[in-house]
Amino acid sequence: MKLKKNIAISETGFVFDPTTGDSYTLNSVGMEILSLLKEGLSREAISTKILEKYDVEKGVLERYLYDFLGQLKQYQLIEEDDEN
Amino acid sequence: MMKTKITVAVSGLNNVDSPGPGIPVIRGIRESKFFESRIVGLVYENLEPGAYMHDHVDKSYKVPYPSEGRGILMERIRDIHAKESIHVLIPNFDSELYVFIKAASELKRLGIHTFLPTLQQFEERHKSNLPEFGEKYHVKVPKSRAITHIKELKELGEDYEYPMVIKGKFYDASIAYSFEQAQIYFNKIAFKWGLPIIVQEYIRGTEVNVVALGDGRGNTIGAVPMKKQYITDKGKAWSGITLDDPKMLELTHHIIGQTQWRGGMELELIRTDNKELYLIEINPRLPAWVYLAVGAGQNLPEALIKLALGYPVEPFTTYSVGILFIRYSYDMICSLEDFKSLTIRGEL
Repeated sequence: MKLKKNIAISETGFVFDPTTGDSYTLNSVGMEILSLLKEGLSREAISTKILEKYDVEKGVLERYLYDFLGQLKQYQLIEEDDEN
Repeated sequence: MMKTKITVAVSGLNNVDSPGPGIPVIRGIRESKFFESRIVGLVYENLEPGAYMHDHVDKSYKVPYPSEGRGILMERIRDIHAKESIHVLIPNFDSELYVFIKAASELKRLGIHTFLPTLQQFEERHKSNLPEFGEKYHVKVPKSRAITHIKELKELGEDYEYPMVIKGKFYDASIAYSFEQAQIYFNKIAFKWGLPIIVQEYIRGTEVNVVALGDGRGNTIGAVPMKKQYITDKGKAWSGITLDDPKMLELTHHIIGQTQWRGGMELELIRTDNKELYLIEINPRLPAWVYLAVGAGQNLPEALIKLALGYPVEPFTTYSVGILFIRYSYDMICSLEDFKSLTIRGEL
């Protein structure tokens, strides 16, 4: 799973897809996840990082992470070909 | 650098809620580092806002509608030319292009330069000729057919399913979800713009557009892709953003290369969920949102003038991505004297 190369992410949580012209806003956790994705981390590695940092149950995080990554896919912010 | 002084005549000054491209074209010309231009506005109506925008338009003249005949229009242009010594004329309405393309040689003899598509280019990109255009130049287009009678809606057969798009020959398009709706739109658009009416397959996806300029020898001088972000009830962009889409640019280069397109153009495209691009329309002139291209680094109106006057023009290779335009309306306070002058004397 990989973030599309040309996606622009600002520190304030503003995300711009220059291919579609669509823009999105993220909260701080969403930003962290997107940044980790940009670094090329797998879903498992992202989950581990977030669990280390935040007081959250693994099951709850997994559910939210699944939904969030699903949304990114729906908005075509994730390269489908590279998904594993 | 000393700027070259020229006089440019521009039409399409109806800067209303469905604006003509005149004022945005003029804004590009005004920002030219190469030309210092006197702008002569050509207006058809007494209340075209551009005529009253004295920062943009130095002098305006009323001209007869092209439908009144080429001879009458040219007579008026000759009168204006005698007073103003026009170097370049940029017509901005689809409905006047045919007349000015036909008159291009005559205009040139008078010393008035244009940079318009050839008659063949103009004709073959007509909405009613889109299927043939797609086949000839290997471009994906929706199925479409020109009809002249409402009963033909019933005879379309299985090739056309609802929803379908009902379009006027110059302007207007509505999506019809049933035969009854299609009939209503047929009558409405035919009443306003005449026949034929174009029936077009509805392609699901996102509308995206490109403004471009061809040099008439197959080279793309500039091209900027855009997505409308806010659309008015008339289907006009009220806001748009420049895109980074190599496929849209590739298609633009292909079309300009294949057709040897001469002049400004707007490509209206649909990008499907499978990322395929369908050409739904070519407007044979710069669009009203052309100033976005200027803002993104491609002054296409200036480049068009250079081409018209025979200056060498290097193609633009970059533009800024993620630049937005947001349109706004603005109430000008105008004097009765101005209105009277345009109404009675036909000039302002």
